[in-house]
Amino acid sequence: MTQTVAPATSRPAQGGPRKPGRLPRAAVHHPWWFALPAIVVFAGFFLAPNLLNFYYPFTNWSSYHSDIAFTGLDNFRTVAEDGSLLRAIRTTLLYAVLAAFFQNGFGLVLALLLEADTRFNRFFRAVFFLPVLISALATGYVFQALLDQDGAVNSVLGTDVPWLGSTTWTLVLVTLVHGWKWMGLSMLIYLAGLKGIPGDMLEAARMDGAGPWRTFWSVRWPMLAPAVTFNVTTALIGSMNTFDIVQATTGGGPAASTEVFNIYMFRIFGQGLYAQATAMSLVLFLIVVAVAIPLVVGLRRREQLL
Amino acid sequence: MNPSVLWRYGRPALVLLIAALAIGVPLWLVAVTSAKPQGEAVRPNLDLPRHWQPASNYEDAVSQGEMLRGLLNSLLVVVPSVVLVLVLGAGAAWVFARRTSRLVSAAYALCISGLLLPPAVVTVVMELRQLGLANTRPGMIAVYTGMYLSTSIFFMTGFIRAIPFELEEAARIDGARPARIFVRIVLPLLRPVIATATIMVTLYAWSDVFYAFFVLGGGERATLPLGLYQVASAQLYLDNWHLVFAYVVVMSLPMVAVFLVGQRKIVSGITSGAVK
Repeated sequence: MTQTVAPATSRPAQGGPRKPGRLPRAAVHHPWWFALPAIVVFAGFFLAPNLLNFYYPFTNWSSYHSDIAFTGLDNFRTVAEDGSLLRAIRTTLLYAVLAAFFQNGFGLVLALLLEADTRFNRFFRAVFFLPVLISALATGYVFQALLDQDGAVNSVLGTDVPWLGSTTWTLVLVTLVHGWKWMGLSMLIYLAGLKGIPGDMLEAARMDGAGPWRTFWSVRWPMLAPAVTFNVTTALIGSMNTFDIVQATTGGGPAASTEVFNIYMFRIFGQGLYAQATAMSLVLFLIVVAVAIPLVVGLRRREQLL
Repeated sequence: MNPSVLWRYGRPALVLLIAALAIGVPLWLVAVTSAKPQGEAVRPNLDLPRHWQPASNYEDAVSQGEMLRGLLNSLLVVVPSVVLVLVLGAGAAWVFARRTSRLVSAAYALCISGLLLPPAVVTVVMELRQLGLANTRPGMIAVYTGMYLSTSIFFMTGFIRAIPFELEEAARIDGARPARIFVRIVLPLLRPVIATATIMVTLYAWSDVFYAFFVLGGGERATLPLGLYQVASAQLYLDNWHLVFAYVVVMSLPMVAVFLVGQRKIVSGITSGAVK
């Protein structure tokens, strides 16, 4: 009984001189204008361009026209007919899957190796975080110097392998470099996830006679689900937006075998074919949406199952 | 062999081995190559320089690559972007974390959509031209702020939700108004997550070459990574690995410094913001 009475009597006291019930509490204590500047900037410089991106691909906007005219599907036809559309889709998806796989694999292994909070481990966590701090462009140049046919790896091994010259394997190598650059961030997030597992749960598993493997697969891995969700999603979606590493190591080659969407856009924009670049940008947007929604929904559901 | 003994001695050995191969070798390559004369650096290898000339390499990289101008340009763009991302993001995150209406959830979902959606980089150039902001620093700042707001809002909202509401309530009962509560109670509590967001956003913006290429282009206002890209592709540095790597070292040092300062906080920020 008292429960129903309490809010009614406490409201005027909290609202002070304001008339009770005119504004909801939240609006008084956390007013919208705190959020408004962020919403305006985000809408103006992120959402609006993405909305415009549904219009410009259907025009002839380029550095060769003074005014912009509607041309229908011409841009899409061009990129589809010269083969760059399908190739870019395939390359980008393959890149994203492999890069996410390597980044997460390396990150998880490092997190498990460096889990205990000792001085030794803290030092090496910082060491493995170093590549995250080096710009992706610089990373690309470092690995170009390592993997070049005249580069350091061949000179150490005494071989003459054109590491960056294969139309099949170079893409895989570049995703390995991507995984190398970002593994430190995945490691930190997995470490945070491991830290969040209650100690008595591991204790209980040990009391029940579970070995390290059994503990990992039955207790720790399921408890890592939120970290996995965050890591896999950001790695997969983030690497679909890749540019610097690929540009610095291969520039999209050999024979366009590593030409992901952003490399294509960069090249075509440089040639002044703006509308054609926006066509590719729109396709990338649609693919990211098509991948992201099922991925996030699926991983979230997996978290709740466990 | 007892597995726990194997783990006790094998693990540090394995860590050392991985660190030496995966991190040591690339860093060693950068360090020794940046100290070599051009003739030795053309074919990059892991040998020590026969002739040491780090000083003149770094001097050349700074003067030929216009690094001081690049450094100033980077600072003029990155610092305002980071400040805006943090201040605007904190205000929005506070509202998103504390209010529960359907409109608020929709606005939150929209504002963190930038975590997943790719920025439409070509049409942003179009928009900036119409606003008269193309090739300007304010234009670049606006683009970076719009792009990275999602990151800071996401981290901060998760963090604020974990802060006990009673702290704010106590201040309110003492008569504090929202602005005061935000500045005096919420912002100080946000310190760890502000450190995380600062490091992440600084890192992204400091390293970015893609968006800077579209928005700023080359020339006068080129940032450091843009400078590195331009000289590397303008054949000035073709096979001049000694200069490329001197450039890389100078460009990376500020980020390493930022990380060392905020190191401890980035971990606690990630723990409470992302993994929930």
